[in-house]
Amino acid sequence: MSPTDTIRNGEEKEPAFGFWRRSYAMLVKEFIQLRRDRVSFAMIIIIPVMQLLLFGFAINTTPRHLPTAVLLQEDSDLGRSILKAMENTSYFRFTREVHTVEQLDELLQSGKVLFGVEIPRGFERAVRRGDKPALLVAADATDPVASGTALGTLGALVQSALAHDLHIGDPPEMPFEIRAHARYNPAAESRLNIVPGLVGTILTMTMLIFTALSVTREIERGTMESLLSMPIKPVEVMFGKIIPYVMVGFIQAGLIIGIGVLLFGVPVLGSLTLLGLLTTLFITTNLSIGYTFSTIVQNQLQAMQLSMMFFLPSILLSGFMFPFAGMPVWAQYIGEGLPLTHFIRIVRAIMLKGATMLNLQYDTIALAALMLFAMTIAVTRFRRTLD
Amino acid sequence: MNGGPTSAQSDASSIAIDVKGLTKSFNGREVVHDLSMQVKRGSIYGFLGPNGSGKTTTIRILCGLLTPDSGEGTCLGYDIRRDADKIKRKVGYMTQRFSLYQDLSVRENLEFVARLYGMPDARGAAADMIARIGLKGREEQLAGELSGGWKQRLALGACTLPNPLLLLLDEPTAGVDPKARRDFWNEIHALAAEGLTVLVSTHYMDEAERCHEIAYIAYGHLLAHGTVDEVIAKSELSTYTVTGEDFNGLMAELTGKPGVDMVAPFGTSLHVSGRDKASLESAIAPYRGNAKWHWQASEPSLEDVFIDLMGRSKDNFQG
Repeated sequence: MSPTDTIRNGEEKEPAFGFWRRSYAMLVKEFIQLRRDRVSFAMIIIIPVMQLLLFGFAINTTPRHLPTAVLLQEDSDLGRSILKAMENTSYFRFTREVHTVEQLDELLQSGKVLFGVEIPRGFERAVRRGDKPALLVAADATDPVASGTALGTLGALVQSALAHDLHIGDPPEMPFEIRAHARYNPAAESRLNIVPGLVGTILTMTMLIFTALSVTREIERGTMESLLSMPIKPVEVMFGKIIPYVMVGFIQAGLIIGIGVLLFGVPVLGSLTLLGLLTTLFITTNLSIGYTFSTIVQNQLQAMQLSMMFFLPSILLSGFMFPFAGMPVWAQYIGEGLPLTHFIRIVRAIMLKGATMLNLQYDTIALAALMLFAMTIAVTRFRRTLD
Repeated sequence: MNGGPTSAQSDASSIAIDVKGLTKSFNGREVVHDLSMQVKRGSIYGFLGPNGSGKTTTIRILCGLLTPDSGEGTCLGYDIRRDADKIKRKVGYMTQRFSLYQDLSVRENLEFVARLYGMPDARGAAADMIARIGLKGREEQLAGELSGGWKQRLALGACTLPNPLLLLLDEPTAGVDPKARRDFWNEIHALAAEGLTVLVSTHYMDEAERCHEIAYIAYGHLLAHGTVDEVIAKSELSTYTVTGEDFNGLMAELTGKPGVDMVAPFGTSLHVSGRDKASLESAIAPYRGNAKWHWQASEPSLEDVFIDLMGRSKDNFQG
């Protein structure tokens, strides 16, 4: 430091460790603010714990006990042995018995089962005669991860069924064949599965955040006070805030589906109108949930955090990244409460399986119920006064 | 301009605000205590008091933004507890902090308000208001980019747009230059002349003197009300105005002397006040002989009265 600097009138010398003192002052202030923001504090605990539990317990990339329907065209010992052997692999779980091929198709198309096993008429007799008849296994291959491993076990299955249950000994060749049919996605291309799922995932993220910020923004900018002093009702505020984003969401959905079809060659086998209608329903459901968040939280940061809290299980438990049927029952129950779960079923079914409204009733009703539930909470939670 | 709701009671039609015993607490702290007031239709009622005295809370109770813990009353003949929706249709509330949409233009903000109130020609109503408040040429400017004075005009325009019968203005002129303040008050008087009732809170004494009636509130208690002259007369404050030079020593000596309750410099003069005239006079007697100063008995100013009320209320309610 030159002497003229110190002489200059009243200019104080920089205190020692100035950098650290100022950093320390900032650090103390940040800690105080963090401690005051209870929600942020809770998120520090909840998000990692939730993520760990979901990944650790709920997610299973080699899913077992997958729902399977049986179509028994004959009642024979051999047929029962084969089914028993299939169940013993632990990959298949027989949940439904049907009597016609059409019923089997319907269950597969609506996603209620992942596999359909058909034991044809005269099967046992044909085996005994050495005709090598075929046992049909139809798989919903829209999600190759879910169906792949189970289909892979079928080859060894014949051997074990024969060895343990038929007492035929070691036959030199296979007395019957298992004809597996990977439906909807025969080449097991994961992009066919992922692109429709992405429609739902992207919409969940963007729609939630749009409305989650909407009420808190009015409060933080101070405009809520004058809005509340005017004659407008909570339902009116809600509709006014949701409807513009329905259009935004619709454009987004169109963009993703368009790119999916043109660039990734994903088909749209079902009705485009139905897809549009149900996508609009899904968009509105997410917007209502986001809006509900914004009536609960106190500031925009909390709104973002709550949206993250909702988004995380939506991705992990909806069947988007990991097979839904492979999750434990408790995780499936949580999944049923998430709109993305239902929409992923809907969008995959319409695009890849050509499903119609009849196949999708359950998921449509579930989406509508979630929407109404969220809207009811939002309207009752909306504070009409500043109390 | 507006006739008002055709009320059966002639009493109710001449009184715009009539509330009794309003009390409101936040987190166990009482902000408004047993407040009763009446405001005549067509009058300008000034609401004065220090920061945090409960003015904003009272105004918010009146327009239904807050529910009182206890107390009752009517606003424009409507019950403040049950008829908040009806009150909102007839009351214009100008918030202390600018609360229109900063990212909407002047015109868009006004059209929003007009539509919200279901006015048949929202565009026309907004255009008329833009002309009335003198914002022509700025209608496409974003509200957030306006200067303080223009923002305040826009806010007043927005709350008078739906033709309310009562205006509640919460410190409307805070941070606004004197010229804009004068224009604003001229507008308020013009509106009152049209039959509008105006309740306005303020810190400025000159603004208090522009009101037909005033009320003084401190620590949630309504301490004085009436016309400016009535409030001064009721204060029982005796004041001497000292002119001369070198007040600093005199101020220090007088402050805290028994009988002297307040010493306040006003430019080139000094106001010395006391609640008890006799003890004030005996306190100042030793100084009156000094030729440096000229002592004159005078009327206390409104500010003297308010500072005194504030000091007294502090003793009473703050322990």
